[in-house]
Amino acid sequence: MERHITLPLTRELARTLHAGDTVYLTGTIYTSRDAGHKRMCEALARGEQLPFDPKDATIYYVGPSPAKPGQVIGSAGPTTSGRMDAYAPTMMSVGARGMIGKGARLPEVVEAMKQYDGVYFGAIGGAGALLAKCIKEAELIAYEDLGAEALRKLYVEEMPLVVIIDCEGKNLYEDGRAAYLARKNGSCT
Amino acid sequence: MREIEAGTITEVVARLCVEANEHLPGDIQAALKRCRACEDWEIAQGVLDQIIENYEIADAQCVPVCQDTGMACVFLEIGQDVHITGGDLTEAVDEGVRRGYQEGYLRKSVVQDPVRRGNTGDNTPAMLYTEIVPGEQIRVTVGPKGFGSENMSAIRMFKPSAGLQGIKDFILETVEAAGPNPCPPMVVGVGIGGTFDKAALLAKKALMRPIDSEHPDPFYAALEREMLERINELGIGPQGFGGRTTALGLNIETMPTHIAGMPCAINISCHVTRHKTEVI
Repeated sequence: MERHITLPLTRELARTLHAGDTVYLTGTIYTSRDAGHKRMCEALARGEQLPFDPKDATIYYVGPSPAKPGQVIGSAGPTTSGRMDAYAPTMMSVGARGMIGKGARLPEVVEAMKQYDGVYFGAIGGAGALLAKCIKEAELIAYEDLGAEALRKLYVEEMPLVVIIDCEGKNLYEDGRAAYLARKNGSCT
Repeated sequence: MREIEAGTITEVVARLCVEANEHLPGDIQAALKRCRACEDWEIAQGVLDQIIENYEIADAQCVPVCQDTGMACVFLEIGQDVHITGGDLTEAVDEGVRRGYQEGYLRKSVVQDPVRRGNTGDNTPAMLYTEIVPGEQIRVTVGPKGFGSENMSAIRMFKPSAGLQGIKDFILETVEAAGPNPCPPMVVGVGIGGTFDKAALLAKKALMRPIDSEHPDPFYAALEREMLERINELGIGPQGFGGRTTALGLNIETMPTHIAGMPCAINISCHVTRHKTEVI
C-alpha cells in the first residue's frame, strides 16, 4: 500500500502503518546515530531533558556528508540501525515513536515497538544523494562537537520510505523474503 | 631511476578520493542495470530504480553517492626504479586524504582511538598498502570503504580437510548473516590462502577488481560464478526486502598457504563499491 503521511507520528497514525507499506513522509524529523544516542541516553539517566521534545518524534539514523555551498545538506542516506538497538527502547519509553534506518533490529527493540506503538521505516541504504533531495531544511540543534554525528532538526518532504517493522511486530525482512522464495519455488502461500 | 615528488602523490590521492566518492565505477553501474532488467520482484525493482537514480544524481551533480564516504583505503604499487623526493610518503598520502575529504565536502568518519573514540576531523589516517613492483611508475588506487558493509565481514582459519565445501558454506553463511545490513545488492570479496593477515588483504583486493573480470584460474573463475548464482538464490534481495538481486558480483583472490591451513576471509561491500586508479 502507498501512503503519504504528515508528521508527527501519533499513536493513532502509527497503528495504521503496516510492514511493506511504501510511505512518503513529510514533516520534522531529528537526526542521531551512535554517539548522539549514547549522549541522549546518558542525559536521560541523569534526569535531564533531551535537546528536542521526544513526544511522537521520528529519529533518522544518519550522519550526513557536509553541505556544499548552496546545498541544504550533503548526501544523507541511512546508517545501520542495529547499532542503535541498545538505545532505541529508552528513546521509545520517553515518547519517540518513528525510527528511520536500514538493517535488522533485535527482538527487544521489536518488543518495545509493540509496547509503545513504534514504527521502523527503511530508507534505501546507499542512496544518500537521492534522499538529500527530500530534505528542505536542516538545523544543527545539539552536540556540534560530534561532527557528522551531531543532532540536527530536518524538514523533509515526500521522503520515500518503506515500513520494515510495524507496531504489531510484523517484519518485511522476514515476510518479503519468504513471499519471494515461496513464489520462486512455486508454492501458493 | 625516475624521481617523483611526494607532492604529486598528494595531489593524485586527493583527486581520487573525491572522484571515487562521486562517480560509481562503470562495472558497478552496468551490473545494477543488468540486475534491474532481470529482477522480477516488484519491491526489488523499485529499490533498484532508486539506487540507479541515486548514482545518476551523484554523477551529474558531483556529490557523494553515499554519505558514508568511508575510510580511505589507498594501494600504492611503487616501481622499484622510482625515487620519491621532497617529503615523507605516508605523510604525502595522508595529506592527500586530508585535502580530498576537506575540499570535496566528504564525511570525516575516522576516530583516533578504537575504544576511546574521538573523530580525527580530517578522515586520516589512510589505510595504506604499499607494494614494490618492477618499473618506474606508481600505480595509485583509492577505494573508500564504508562500514555498514565492512562490519559484516568475516575471517576463518579452516583445517585443510574442510576443503572446497568448507569455503562454499562459509561464503553463504556470511552473506546470510549479513542479510539486509550491508545495503544489498552487495559485492563480495573473498581471499583464500596466505596467512591470517594476507587472507584479509586478498579479500580487500578482490573488491578493487572490476566485477566483470574473473580469476585467471578457471577453477576459481567457475567458483566465482557458482557462488554468485547461489547467493542470488537466497532471496535476500535489494535492501533485504526480498528478490533475486542479493549480490552484484563476487571476486576471489588466492595465494599459496601453509600445509596445516586454509585461511579464508570474506570482505563484504555494498552497491556503492568504489575505487579509482591513476598511474603516475
